[in-house]
Amino acid sequence: MTVVNTPRGPTPPTPPGRAFRPSGMQHAAAERTRTTIGRRRVVNVVMVGITFVAALVATLPLIFILGHLLKAGASSINWDFFTQIPKPPGEEGGGMANAMVGTLVLILTASAFGLPIGIGAGLYLAENRGTHLANAVRFLSDVLNGLPSIVMGIFAWQFLVRPMGRFTALAGGIALGAMMIPLVTRTTEEMIRIVPVSLREAALALGYSRWRTSLVVVLRTALPGIVTGALVAVSRIAGETAPLLFTVLGNQFWSASLREPIAALPLQIFNFAISPYDQQHALAWAGALVLIGIVLIISLAARFATRSRFGRGGD
Amino acid sequence: MSEAARPLVTTRPDDTGIAARIEGSAIGDSVYRWMTTGFALCIPILLLFIALEVGAAAWPALKAFGFGFLTSSEWDPPHNIFGAAPAIYGTIISSIIALIIATPLALGVAIFLSEFAPAWLRQPVAFLVDLLAAIPSVVYGLWGIFVLQPLLRDHVMPFLSGLPLIGQTALFEGPAYGPSMLGAGLILAIMVLPFISAVSREVLLAVPRSQREAALALGATKWEMIADAVVPYARSGIIGGIILGLGRALGETMAVTMLIGNVHKISASLFAPGYTMASLIANEFAEATGDLHLSALMAVGAVLFVVTLIVNALARWLVWRVSREARS
Repeated sequence: MTVVNTPRGPTPPTPPGRAFRPSGMQHAAAERTRTTIGRRRVVNVVMVGITFVAALVATLPLIFILGHLLKAGASSINWDFFTQIPKPPGEEGGGMANAMVGTLVLILTASAFGLPIGIGAGLYLAENRGTHLANAVRFLSDVLNGLPSIVMGIFAWQFLVRPMGRFTALAGGIALGAMMIPLVTRTTEEMIRIVPVSLREAALALGYSRWRTSLVVVLRTALPGIVTGALVAVSRIAGETAPLLFTVLGNQFWSASLREPIAALPLQIFNFAISPYDQQHALAWAGALVLIGIVLIISLAARFATRSRFGRGGD
Repeated sequence: MSEAARPLVTTRPDDTGIAARIEGSAIGDSVYRWMTTGFALCIPILLLFIALEVGAAAWPALKAFGFGFLTSSEWDPPHNIFGAAPAIYGTIISSIIALIIATPLALGVAIFLSEFAPAWLRQPVAFLVDLLAAIPSVVYGLWGIFVLQPLLRDHVMPFLSGLPLIGQTALFEGPAYGPSMLGAGLILAIMVLPFISAVSREVLLAVPRSQREAALALGATKWEMIADAVVPYARSGIIGGIILGLGRALGETMAVTMLIGNVHKISASLFAPGYTMASLIANEFAEATGDLHLSALMAVGAVLFVVTLIVNALARWLVWRVSREARS
């Protein structure tokens, strides 16, 4: 690179020649520079250390919680836990089999309600970018995502439980499904956006109609990503408790009916955690361990679903 | 004729198949268009329903108490007197505690992961921090009741009130008997940390290379580059992340309900129990004694809805501003 001496720019200082002898003042200045550089380096190292400690501290709660869950939960997990319904308070034994079935029913109901709407809305947003309606829907979807789950719970109570006059699994499933919609919408839109335009154009050029192009070519290409989004959404609602408090109510017995109150794992954990009985506390820990296991397995499956199709840089 | 051997388009002049197919695809296209539009419209409609249903149910209480509903601290279901000030106060204080604890940690994590950490450490640490967001609220509550609460009561609270100067202030006054604002704030801090750090990391990574290179070329150390060139550039996005965390903290229900003690009282001490709006609804809704009690709880829900809506909109706007600047 050649140095051009433009009239506007500052001229580079001329380097001291070989015969340069620093004066006393220059010595002092050089000394000052050295100490400032030293101090700046020390600050740098200290800050690296502080951020490292922050990262360490941030991971500690996770390790404590998972560690304690394993310790307290594993001792109560046995065959009965997966096959029995809860015993009356104070009695030994019992399990949470009905709650696990209930959570499964709720997840399926929520998915049946939330997935079609979320995927459909995501398709709309990806194919109508920049329109006023799309921008508004995207913003409102974010608003819905930030809605406190307890508000969703009282809405479902007011909208479904109150008119029907009874607590039902359906009301809880719909509340959970509504919470899935914004997550599914967002991931669907993003996954469809990264499908190459050339693919869409190729299908249209071959005479495919627009709707078949969207559904058969584009949606299918984006499917692994959409499955990931759906799994992430399921893993988020699987542990939700607040929307269930006033909708499904909980149930001490077997029920898989959508028209009856139903048991759910998070709800059962909550009820047992605040009860005064040690036996129920032990079951709560076991239930929490199983719930975390379910959530983690779904999350890992979500990661795996993306990774297997899109190569190593999947996330 | 087999499927494969049939030509895609026949050119016989009397063939009406193409016309029919084009006609059919036009119908299919408009059906498809209407259906996706309909699904997209479900989102505004759902929000509108939520606002209307909760708003209508809250109306009797709001009409009966007016603005005083937000400022009165008397909550007396048998006498039909309802004021939500303690719950609003508790929501704000517990969220502030959470942000004070979580923000420096989350920023530290984000800076460490985006700037300092060696490549092999990035993925695992980011994964662990993200996992915090995957733990259900009720599990945090369970852990809080049986592990965090005794720890606070037996060790942290005596230590805090034993501190010179600040230990004597009203903040750390009173007996340490478990359920407290401090415990709720602490569990909230753990819960919002992954949200703040994820958004901060994203906006830090969105800062252009040229910004970093310019600072390094001027002789800055790595930290000076971060403090003087990277963080200021990402500032509004980071603030957006913090506000997003605030939105989470305000509406968090289960863990707080299990730890805060659920008492209608405003106390300056962090050791004292309190209430939040979300935990008030969770705790009293099922046992609401009358229509006005129910309506008052709905009104608390409506206030919570409006507050989180404003907070989230603000956060989205701030994050969106950074990503727009980074793109242009």
